[in-house]
Amino acid sequence: MSTPALRKKRRQTSVEGTLDTAFGWAVGDTRSMLVRAVLCAILLFIFAGPILTIIVGAFDLNPDPTALTLWPHNPSLENFRVATGRGIWGYFANSLFIAGFGLTLQIAVAVTAGYALARRKFYGQTVVLGVFLATMMLPEEVVAVPLAVVLGDLPLLGISIRGTVFAIILPVAASAFSILVMAAFMRDIPEEIIEAARIDGASEFRILVQVILPMCLPALGVVAIFGFNGIWDQYLLPLVAANRTEDYTITVILRSLRADVEVGTGALLAGAFLALIPSLIVYLLLQKSLVRGMTSGAIKG
Amino acid sequence: MAAGIRMSFQEVSPFLGNQWVGWENYATVLTNSRFHQAVSNTLVLGVGQSFGAVLVGFILALLLEGPSRSLWFVRTAVFLPVVTASAVVGEIWRIIYFPSPDGFMNKVLGLVGIDPIRYLEDTSVALYAVMTVGIWSSAPYYMVIFLAGLAGVDRTLYEAAAIDGARLRHRIVSITIPALRPAIMIVSILAAVRALRIFTDVWVLTGGGPAGSTQVWMTQIYTQGFERNNLGVASAASILLLIASVLLTVVAIYFTRNKEDR
Repeated sequence: MSTPALRKKRRQTSVEGTLDTAFGWAVGDTRSMLVRAVLCAILLFIFAGPILTIIVGAFDLNPDPTALTLWPHNPSLENFRVATGRGIWGYFANSLFIAGFGLTLQIAVAVTAGYALARRKFYGQTVVLGVFLATMMLPEEVVAVPLAVVLGDLPLLGISIRGTVFAIILPVAASAFSILVMAAFMRDIPEEIIEAARIDGASEFRILVQVILPMCLPALGVVAIFGFNGIWDQYLLPLVAANRTEDYTITVILRSLRADVEVGTGALLAGAFLALIPSLIVYLLLQKSLVRGMTSGAIKG
Repeated sequence: MAAGIRMSFQEVSPFLGNQWVGWENYATVLTNSRFHQAVSNTLVLGVGQSFGAVLVGFILALLLEGPSRSLWFVRTAVFLPVVTASAVVGEIWRIIYFPSPDGFMNKVLGLVGIDPIRYLEDTSVALYAVMTVGIWSSAPYYMVIFLAGLAGVDRTLYEAAAIDGARLRHRIVSITIPALRPAIMIVSILAAVRALRIFTDVWVLTGGGPAGSTQVWMTQIYTQGFERNNLGVASAASILLLIASVLLTVVAIYFTRNKEDR
């Protein structure tokens, strides 16, 4: 008994859109939208609020160490002046250099190693893959102590790179995650394209740079953002690897900036702002890659 | 290359100090009461933080699912804590947790009538304060994974449930959660492995204090190895952590394999 009237009623009860989301948000229903807007505002306050206070606080001259505000009362660059006096830009430069150089190396390693894993068959391939997977599960934290010793006396070379930026750059250069992402992506490139290039007489290196690489841009985006965040977030490694405080990165120096009673919260926030900005920029630029990398990683485990 | 160096040294490191001490370092670790406390703190923090982050991530995903542009904006903003370096997260939360009554957190909670708390200086609260920060900075990460899972849920199931007159609670319990089970599984393991090696958050927020009440395994290793120069003991503790992580990962791989076989 499905009269037009009944059908109409059913359509009304299930307001348009409720079936599109797990939570059954009704698009177009004013009350539902209002509830949602309020919830979103609360979430924004909780999750984005603290980040916003860093940005605002860095430009706000406020002597009160407890005051965090979402609106600047006394806009000024004084905080940055004080932070400059503590050499904040030097640490910032350290961080940028390490992140830039480390990321470049990491991408180079990921591309070449990924290519080798995906395209060339060689003896012991599964072993190499296994070792990569193993180190991927072993984060820097676990190996911090042995690593500190290794960096003080490089095997084979017998030199110490501890206390130089290379002590931080080298360990981050090889990221199993990046290599696996590149390898997985390169495996999907059709063999015919490479064959065609080879018949045209392209060298192995040329194939990699001119044929494969342009096709790997999405994977490169994933590697870039994960690599950058991973390196920028390093805390224990610079702490362990540096001999002098001048070699610290900006994330590490924040702690001493806080302990320094003369500079106050404002300068700390200015430092935090500098430590925050690069990751913000990279995130906003490569947001799509980030989501892609996370979800593909999650599906593959 | 780095992999090889690391691997080789993990075997050598327990005998540092150029002296063979056998299992002594391990004995020291296993009998030291500080390490005992670190183990229980790590477990409490790990379990609480993983569970909390996954739960909050799931709720976030439910609340923020949808195609509209404004929701995309909210999701982008909510994700910010994840990309922020953990040192920065720690510093900002130290200010939020400022112990005086006019500290930010105390003010906000004061609005709902909660008395001021000295978050990071109270031995009974500090660990939970650290846990909150951990949940705050990792839940949005899991949200994104859940959102991807939610997008794959068959819409006709919702429709069928609506026709059957199922309530929202039933709908989530019997459709959404089963559909997301693989994602929940993976995310939980991810969270657990992360929690085992938590360092920066704790180090920046409390440095292990007050009175060791937030001392976790990694901060204990750092204190032993680099502040007291007990590299041997620290290495032994590192190896134990390594074994724990490997065990957890193997369990993880075993479970995910199982899923694929079915």
